[in-house]
Amino acid sequence: MLDDFFIRALIAGIGITLVTGPLGCFVVWRRLSFFAGTLAHSALLGVTMALFFEINIAFSVFIISAVLAILLLQLQKKTKLPNDALLGLLAHASLAVGLVVIGFLTSIRFDVMALLFGDILAVNQNDLLVIWLGGGLILIILKLIWKPLFASTVNYELSEAEGMKPDKFNAIFTILTAALIAISIKIVGLLLITGMLIIPAATARNVSNNPKQMVIFSVIFGLISVLAGLFTSLKINSASGPSIITATLLLFILSLIKFKKVSDLKK
Amino acid sequence: MENKNKRILLEVENASFYLNDKALIKEVSLKVKQGEIVTLIGPNGSGKSTTAKIALGIYKKIEGRVRRFTERIGYVPQKVLVDWTLPIRVIDFMSLTENLKNDQINVALNLTGVDHLKNKSLSNLSGGEFQRVLIARAIAKKPELLVLDEPVQGVDFKGEIALYKLIKKISEKLNCGILLISHDLHVVMSATDFVICLNGHVCCSGKPHRVVKDEKYKELFGDRASNILSLYEHDHDHSHSADGSIDPKK
Repeated sequence: MLDDFFIRALIAGIGITLVTGPLGCFVVWRRLSFFAGTLAHSALLGVTMALFFEINIAFSVFIISAVLAILLLQLQKKTKLPNDALLGLLAHASLAVGLVVIGFLTSIRFDVMALLFGDILAVNQNDLLVIWLGGGLILIILKLIWKPLFASTVNYELSEAEGMKPDKFNAIFTILTAALIAISIKIVGLLLITGMLIIPAATARNVSNNPKQMVIFSVIFGLISVLAGLFTSLKINSASGPSIITATLLLFILSLIKFKKVSDLKK
Repeated sequence: MENKNKRILLEVENASFYLNDKALIKEVSLKVKQGEIVTLIGPNGSGKSTTAKIALGIYKKIEGRVRRFTERIGYVPQKVLVDWTLPIRVIDFMSLTENLKNDQINVALNLTGVDHLKNKSLSNLSGGEFQRVLIARAIAKKPELLVLDEPVQGVDFKGEIALYKLIKKISEKLNCGILLISHDLHVVMSATDFVICLNGHVCCSGKPHRVVKDEKYKELFGDRASNILSLYEHDHDHSHSADGSIDPKK
């Protein structure tokens, strides 16, 4: 029989993957992987704020990420620095500030490793509720805004011209990304959430020829990785979060072989 | 005189647009009515695409006023780059901004001669094929206003004439207004009801056969450009009234 904590870990992992799959596709399509990474880095500051003010971690991370996203939009307008420089600036500055603040929280015992890499085996029922309710909400909103968001992803000007209001839906998408990071930070940690977003989606691209197919494959590859990663960690006692990401990497390598064969056939 | 009552779909009044303190266009005005094709011509950098983007509300920080009297708009941008990371077939692209039925998609692709490409990836299309798909997508949703920014670029000469004929046919069939941008004057002239010659500002405008005789037009395009009239003379099944709209022949 499986232990309760392990079953909770499975349920949590599956819940996160159902959201990272579709959202990750948009992150890849829109070339936002560095942006997602920046939001994840800022989560450290969010967590320390939560501990400092004794508020809910997911809520605090969400607020900090959202503020950071708005800050980025402002900086893009005010300076002429390229996007990657601005993102690097925000990512590492917020990480540094977060670490400095942690230093002052001497009264609280604090596992920085768990924050960086997550601790899916320590998930409690409350966390499951946050993941499944929050994740469900993210998915419902994503489904509702799919068409205009997809149109603006393909071509901003075309969607603006034909009344799809791309600015509005880009902003909503940013908020959804921040929300995902908030609910998943405890499970996969801030260094690995970007991997969960990008690697299954990138793998799916290698075997898909249309957007819906890519979303479905992205979810499937995520699910396989969660199962494979968790059972491996149980068997060989490896760290769970990193095991899941390692599984996504193996799938990606496999997809490259398949991809090569498919493109050879086309020649 | 029923054409006098044709609905105005787009009105740009004294629009100016600045980028980094440099005026891209200055005090441009234009009007597009139902069933009318208005063509913007001008040399590179004369602000044709900018004018189109202002008309469509893509550029918002402008001086002057833009009014659109319809929300059913079809747009063929000058450039559409689809990243490799986004796998998308022609059929997915067709219903990008509108939910279309399968046969609506087929009809539109058939009109521009690319129905055989329906299940192909956008990234595998040639330049000319891609333009045909762009046009098909814009007309499939049966727009009231069509804005076409160099729609036939990369299309072979025979196809080019056929596509301009199609555009003309669509304006009649759907009774939609069309704002057309082109630099290849001769083919476009025959399909046009009204020409606006741009060079940062409106140099001259009017019915095509008047514009080509305008001194300012000759200055901009050279004397030879005036001779294109002979190329485009054709049997009119209609005549033009003074404001550029069409009067069907009695």
